[in-house]
Amino acid sequence: MPEIIKRSKALSVNPLKASATVGATLAFLGFRRAIPMLHGSQGCMAFGKVFFVRHFREPIPLQTSAMDQVSSVMGADENLVEGLKTICEKSRPDLIGVPTTGLAETQGADVARLVRRFREQHPEFAPISVVPVSTPDFIGCMETGYAVAVRAAIQELVPPADQAGTRPARRPRQVNLLAGSHLTPGDLEALKDLIELFGLQPVVLPDLSDSLDGHLPEQDFSPLTVGGTPVGELAQLGDALATLVVGASMYPAADLLAERTGVPDFRFPHLMGLDATDVLVATLAEIAGGPVPAKVERQRAQLQDAMLDCHFMLGMSRFAVGADPDLLVGFSELLAGMGAETVAAVAATNAPALRQVAADRVQIGDLEDLEHMARGQGAEVLIGSSHATHSAQRLGIPHLRAGFPLYDRVGGYQRTWVGYQGSRQTLFDLANLVLRLEKGEIHPYRSRLSQKPQGERGGAEEQAA
Amino acid sequence: MNPKDIAALLDEPACAHNQKAKSGCARPKPGTTAGGCAFDGAQIALLPIADVAHIVHGAIGCAGSSWDNRGTRSSGPQLFKIGMTTDLTEQDVIMGRGEKRLFHSIKQAIDSYRPAAVFVYNTCIPALTGDDVAAVCEEAERRWGTPVVLVDAAGFYGTKNLGNRIAGEAMVRQVCGTREPDPLPEGIECSGFKVHDISLIGEYNIAGELWLVLPLLDELGLRVLCALSGDARFREVQTMHCSEVNMMVCSKAMINVARKLQEAFGTPWFEGSFYGVQDVSRALRSFARLIGDPDLSARTEALIAREEARVDAALAPWRESLKGRKVLLYTGGVKSWSIVSALQDLGMTVVATGTKKSTGDDKARIRELMGDDALMIEDGNPRALINLVREHGVDILIAGGRNMYTALKARIPFLDINQEREFGYAGYAGMVELARQLCLTIESPVWAAVRRPASWAAGGNRRAVSLEAVVGGWGSPLVQGSDGRRSGPFYDAGARTHSRPAADAGVEVSNA
Repeated sequence: MPEIIKRSKALSVNPLKASATVGATLAFLGFRRAIPMLHGSQGCMAFGKVFFVRHFREPIPLQTSAMDQVSSVMGADENLVEGLKTICEKSRPDLIGVPTTGLAETQGADVARLVRRFREQHPEFAPISVVPVSTPDFIGCMETGYAVAVRAAIQELVPPADQAGTRPARRPRQVNLLAGSHLTPGDLEALKDLIELFGLQPVVLPDLSDSLDGHLPEQDFSPLTVGGTPVGELAQLGDALATLVVGASMYPAADLLAERTGVPDFRFPHLMGLDATDVLVATLAEIAGGPVPAKVERQRAQLQDAMLDCHFMLGMSRFAVGADPDLLVGFSELLAGMGAETVAAVAATNAPALRQVAADRVQIGDLEDLEHMARGQGAEVLIGSSHATHSAQRLGIPHLRAGFPLYDRVGGYQRTWVGYQGSRQTLFDLANLVLRLEKGEIHPYRSRLSQKPQGERGGAEEQAA
Repeated sequence: MNPKDIAALLDEPACAHNQKAKSGCARPKPGTTAGGCAFDGAQIALLPIADVAHIVHGAIGCAGSSWDNRGTRSSGPQLFKIGMTTDLTEQDVIMGRGEKRLFHSIKQAIDSYRPAAVFVYNTCIPALTGDDVAAVCEEAERRWGTPVVLVDAAGFYGTKNLGNRIAGEAMVRQVCGTREPDPLPEGIECSGFKVHDISLIGEYNIAGELWLVLPLLDELGLRVLCALSGDARFREVQTMHCSEVNMMVCSKAMINVARKLQEAFGTPWFEGSFYGVQDVSRALRSFARLIGDPDLSARTEALIAREEARVDAALAPWRESLKGRKVLLYTGGVKSWSIVSALQDLGMTVVATGTKKSTGDDKARIRELMGDDALMIEDGNPRALINLVREHGVDILIAGGRNMYTALKARIPFLDINQEREFGYAGYAGMVELARQLCLTIESPVWAAVRRPASWAAGGNRRAVSLEAVVGGWGSPLVQGSDGRRSGPFYDAGARTHSRPAADAGVEVSNA
């Protein structure tokens, strides 16, 4: 278990952390015909919007309760009710997520009560789901906010089995996938394919692969999300055969889902590398009650072959990783499985999952900490978001872009990191970065006693210089 | 910040918005609000000052998703790209430890990065809990001897525009006039060539476009004491009180800076733009006119004649393909007319322009340029913009980055004109880049491809026909040459080299 070093400096320099508020926003963007409305000042929304637009290169539906000076001091209850009403009238969404911000929480807003008041005042909007969640930006990070928002959605939209009339395995092919924030749309797409190969039907919660990737709908404009988990599906989660939970941050949400529905769940801290994917595949075979498809066997062999090819480059290589906890755990274990070392590990916030990081130390901190640690430990490759580019440049080492945000690459959001195929590509990319370092390169020695032509002798070189 | 100080900033006598029924800026409406907050505006306005440590005092929401996301560039220090925040925790908020953390943060920034100055941006949470940020800044400056400037711009104070003004106010009150300009280098001035000091207000050097204009100003002997704030240094801002003329570039947002510098130091100012051939020339003439140096006027005319001839030649092939194309322009303020003239220079027809942030003066200018029946868009919600594009058979939508993916989803050619863009359009040289970017998207073969349904789609043929009807007037089909090679301006880009007019203008341009 690694030593976890807490933040000790006053100033955060080059933040690694994005707020819990944007994390909750991301979770709500994974529902169909949804729009998040942040309870805070308009800037909270504008920054979040630009953050996601740049990462996903998609239009991002997002609104705000627009707290101004008067409402910040005198109370912003009316703002919230009015904002919900306006959105309901204008767009008739299926779901409005209401994450709070630090401003609203400092003021003491009680969003759950305000949503109840909205319900009383506007019974005409009863069919529209509203999910409030407390996500002040002074607690946790993006991963934290995302996880509590998914839990809040379950709380609000998944009724207990006896009320909903659901029964585990009534839909004998359905598998719920509770997807953590570290999974990209590309990851989710790959997992859905894998689940389908076993003849099972995945229902992803929340489904970012369906809402934030590759839409060019016929309808030319939508103020709401296009694609994503249909809100109506949530009431049917209790009919599933099993629930797969990916990312330790999602376990509290999984606890609630299991409690509500009685559907058995299978938990995976991450799905990077051979061991993690093997557990998933074995689980799927067990759930489906059939053999592992030949295609999956083939992909497994391909990953094993890639591991052989790459271990020459990756073995004993030194990596620096800065990420939210679940992604950090995934990368560190993938690297450890190749005989590589995570010599600098920085997480945006503390979490129980960090105990599983395969490294000696994990610093809770920022990219400046990562840079210092990487320099001190002689890291050879840096793994982190686009923000880490400058750190890698200053360190003079190659950089693999992963995490949030990725704004200086097209298509970064859809990269697949998980499963046999995703892990294989990740290993290739990492190995190629290490190859660029020309490790073990022996530079020519030129003897001054040699009989080679003048310009090729050691002495001559010195004279010339 | 006191409500009465905010009211004073909103009451801007030099802003034409002030004289009409709507005074100052409108209140945001819950559930239907776009755009950033006061902190956002303040940060945008000052972040380009490159050698300053910019500390955001607040929880992670403010800096966490906004640091290092601007297209502004520096020719030297990169300190402004280092994101700094006090990253307040729950404990800090509850126990009132924010002030202490800020104080130590300022010290940490000074110790590790030796900045020319520290700017502290106050945000919502400490403003609400009542941290005495001013006292902390004062004490830190006294203790460590580095200037510490408070920019009190909590998001809930108001809109982005207010934030711009708060930032400008902070500079005028706390920084301008604290240092005299450096003496001119020896041997620059001679008889018939006197150097005059000027400042540019509201020029952010997006994508380095200031560097397309600076060589011209250099050649004319106009020393830019400070561009607030593109590629600026703290020591330059300090000397702004000494400029002979200030130019408000493309933005009403920092109009208070121009007005207050005039009140305090008598500096005349004018509002202008570096977008479009005519506007660049007009701006250069305005400097000469306000400075009143006949020799400068003569040299300005000569430079304009030379540059206009050159850019005219460079634009000729582009004009060919842009002529008659229809544009829908949705931007704010001065850009609502300054870009219009730039596009008209290219022979394009601007069918409508956004006027949400425009003043009466701006609108008068629009009418002057586009005629009395000019279509002005007050409410630029995405649905309305797309409808206008459809109604008028528009070839390209020009707007801010946040509208980009909305346009692309509707399969409408798009050009980004705001802060985050990656290309500079200022100056005569920028005009050629603008033309190139316009052609690049309008004539791209991807539009036909993304509007074409798959051949196997049910009723595919029928749909293709109806789509064709809908998109009629958008982009001309590519010309298929007799050799089967696709021709058309897009494929002949090599013929139109993007040469920089300043390259042989007798002034060395160095972008290194």
